[in-house]
Amino acid sequence: MLLINRFKLSALAAACLGITSLSLYAQDETIKVGVLHSLSGTMAISETTLKDTMLMLIDQQNANGGLLGKQLEAVVVDPASDWPLFAEKARELIEQESVVATFGAWTSVSRKSVLPVFEELNSVLFYPVQYEGEESSKNVFYTGAAPNQQAIPAVEYLTNVIGVERWVLAGTDYVYPRTTNKILEAYLQANGVSSEDIMINYTPFGHADWQSIVSEIKKFGSEGKKTAVVSTINGDANVPFYKELGNQGVSAEDIPVIAFSVGEEELSGFDTEPLVGHLAAWNYFMSVDAETNDVFIDNWLDYIGDDERVTNDPMEAHYIGFNMWVKAVEKAGTTDPAFVQDAIIGVSVPNLTGGYSTMMPNHHITKPVLIGEIQDDGQFEVVWETPGLVAGDAWSDFLDSSKDIISDWRAPLSCGNYNVSTSVCSGQNL
Amino acid sequence: MTLRTAIVSIAALYLLISHQHVQAEVKTGINELDPLFEAFYEGRGDRRTEALDALAALRPPATPIDTQPDARELLQGILDGDLMFHKPSSTIVWAIKDGREFIMTSLDRTTNLGRDSSRKVKRLKLNNSIRAYLRQLIAALGLYSDNPTERLVAIEALIDKPESIEQKTLDELLLNEQDDAVMIALQSLSTRKQLGSADPLERLAAVTVLRTDLSSESRAAIVRIESRDDDENVRKAAQAIRLYHEKQVNLFGWAETLFFGLSLGSVLVLAAIGLAISFGVMGVINMAHGELIMLGAYCSWAMQQLMPQSIAAALLLSIPVAFLLTGLVGIIIERSVIRFLYGRPLETLLATFGISLILQQMVRTFVSPQNVPVANPEFMSGVLQINGVFSLTLNRLYILAFCLIVFAALVALLKYSRFGLEVRAVSQNRSMARAMGVRSARIDSLTFGLGAGIAGIAGVALSQLTNVGPNLGQAYIVDSFMVVVFGGVGNLWGTLISGMTLGIANKLMEPWAGAILAKILVLVFLIMFIQKRPRGLFPQRGRAVEG
Repeated sequence: MLLINRFKLSALAAACLGITSLSLYAQDETIKVGVLHSLSGTMAISETTLKDTMLMLIDQQNANGGLLGKQLEAVVVDPASDWPLFAEKARELIEQESVVATFGAWTSVSRKSVLPVFEELNSVLFYPVQYEGEESSKNVFYTGAAPNQQAIPAVEYLTNVIGVERWVLAGTDYVYPRTTNKILEAYLQANGVSSEDIMINYTPFGHADWQSIVSEIKKFGSEGKKTAVVSTINGDANVPFYKELGNQGVSAEDIPVIAFSVGEEELSGFDTEPLVGHLAAWNYFMSVDAETNDVFIDNWLDYIGDDERVTNDPMEAHYIGFNMWVKAVEKAGTTDPAFVQDAIIGVSVPNLTGGYSTMMPNHHITKPVLIGEIQDDGQFEVVWETPGLVAGDAWSDFLDSSKDIISDWRAPLSCGNYNVSTSVCSGQNL
Repeated sequence: MTLRTAIVSIAALYLLISHQHVQAEVKTGINELDPLFEAFYEGRGDRRTEALDALAALRPPATPIDTQPDARELLQGILDGDLMFHKPSSTIVWAIKDGREFIMTSLDRTTNLGRDSSRKVKRLKLNNSIRAYLRQLIAALGLYSDNPTERLVAIEALIDKPESIEQKTLDELLLNEQDDAVMIALQSLSTRKQLGSADPLERLAAVTVLRTDLSSESRAAIVRIESRDDDENVRKAAQAIRLYHEKQVNLFGWAETLFFGLSLGSVLVLAAIGLAISFGVMGVINMAHGELIMLGAYCSWAMQQLMPQSIAAALLLSIPVAFLLTGLVGIIIERSVIRFLYGRPLETLLATFGISLILQQMVRTFVSPQNVPVANPEFMSGVLQINGVFSLTLNRLYILAFCLIVFAALVALLKYSRFGLEVRAVSQNRSMARAMGVRSARIDSLTFGLGAGIAGIAGVALSQLTNVGPNLGQAYIVDSFMVVVFGGVGNLWGTLISGMTLGIANKLMEPWAGAILAKILVLVFLIMFIQKRPRGLFPQRGRAVEG
């Protein structure tokens, strides 16, 4: 299956290469910005929207007079959901198209694939998706949530507000769910949850037959203690999962499911009636009542020309990331990535939930954490939020392997992987 | 009716408080409701649930002033999100979404309040606990309904929470009930309530009633009584029942696994059966088979788009539509590509692989790279509850039946029709069949079209279970080949048996091995099996094999 997939994708990609190499001729007056999102293959579902978001943001910036007196030009490439191709496309963007910043990638494996390219060529990447942490690169700015900005507060909410005592950690079998669940398991155990009250389950990408797993969850949850499912199930496997929950009569009032990968975009694909009351943890919801959000939604609907479209958390991350980059370029007076990397630390821009987000020295940003309940119109109703902003923590404090590690890209430390107990900096800037 | 008197007194209290408000912040058009909706809209926690209680008590269903909405309607409106708050006028309205705007009607539904942008119209905040509370209130109001069915629903909603209804209310209901079915439900509710009784004999009776009830609440109650009850007889009875329950639960656990296996098997068979025709009978390795399934699934989406009013009819109609359409696509593929490649399996594989990519990208370009929503009609959702621990999901049940019908129809077609005879003749000995006057080229394309058409039908079924998107086909192509090869190439019965076997084997292993390992184990087993019996479970015999 995988082999065929890979093979199919590279065939497609080969076709695309032909197209992009014809790319637009460059004017000297424009500043080129790379957009590295899959427009075909399995991830096209999620990533196409982000490509459109970037084009909209760049259009708006140009309409407002561009940047440093020049117009911005988006260079869009299609890595076709093929992880190695992400690296090739990134190289093409930086070396041939000479983009000064790139916005892109979705899955962790695609980020890991492009990371060496950005480090080698010393360019910058803005990565807009919630991820598993345990990483801090000099060349990557993580505008999505780290585990402490999504997973941990979600579990806190369930424990303290809902009174959950028994946990099902269900995820798709790849690096993000595995690492997140490892952190969550350590966190739960540190908080006195015994291991027999934790059930961990992994399923392949695109899993469609959820009968036995839902039935097991039902059994696990019927033993008297309040049970919740923490779901890191990714992509479209969620649809049959929730359908099966509905069909087997598991309601949000009995066993709530809190998801880290289900947002408005994913819900727009189906009837949310049976899901009402299930939860999601994000840093942004389309339903958030804020002036900046209203404006953003209006712009988006106008840009895309379809009133049924929704906005979601990774879109907000790009909005924040792009504005931070613009501000950093203005502050540095140049688009040279080497200067922008330094200038961007400490930059604050409005987020879409009515506050400000700041770029931290560890290349993660501050965000509020919101818990929302799914409504029958496919939107979320915020039922809880963190009192203030939460700063992204690159290295989890709950894992033995990373609890002593910090990241600070400011001089003099300038290290993404610094062990405070041994005073050793390992990794990129060794 | 202590419950109601209590509620009414709380309501009165609210009315009192409301007099202190000169100008209500939240208006409804019905004075007495203003403070309640205000409390619900702006309050937190208890204040909100109290407001709901008061609302339920203020407007009992079917009050004489019938032009105005009754409590159940209002509570249901809050629950369904039809009642919303219009910010500029601070009014609670009935709102219906229309594009980026809402069309609003006054609370008593007499006045049209025009329309406004969705920014200005806010939902009344709900969360899980409020939702559960609302459901319970609505159910409780149903207890007094004139309609026996509504009363029954109300009692069933209370059956697992007997503590939420007061003994006095229950006695009163028992005294007045006329309808037999409702009476039975009421008595069972009353027995449940007796579990907490002080009299051991009453508790014993209540425990005995729980013997036939396998629901988790009942089982938990039995376990609790077994360990804590003061009376030894009650404890013993509870122990016996617990052992019985455990046996039953175990038994039905196996039945459930079997059902899961059969339903997974039916999906595998449906996906593979079209391939059994093109690969099994004709020997064509059709890598685009998965995409034909995908096209079938898109047919059911397209039909729903065409007739959004009647989803069920659209689904049923999409079966013949998908069959004809994908069948036609199949025939086109056969006529334009495959017929030039007969006898060259590797080239066929590559060519059909290319076709699969073209079909996928066509869907991405012309429909959307996103998944498309396919709704489940009413009759496809829900469960057939056999007892407290065993229930069959209806959609799976229908698809299992559908799979068997398709299979039977296909077998009958191949066995009893002239077309079937010609198909078998061509597949067994082409030159002999041609010598007998069979137009083998025509039969080839029709056979391929039949296989494709059945893939389309499978797509319609799959659209009810999984995502409909450009990648749908990829998920099923490997499984389909697996089923056909395991069953024995060229044998429809083999396909059925092998699909079901693989489904059940998968589901038996899943609980202890996990979904991923179970799949791997099945594959390993399959490889070993093919080593031993290269022609599958039911190999074709006779001359055709050597030829």
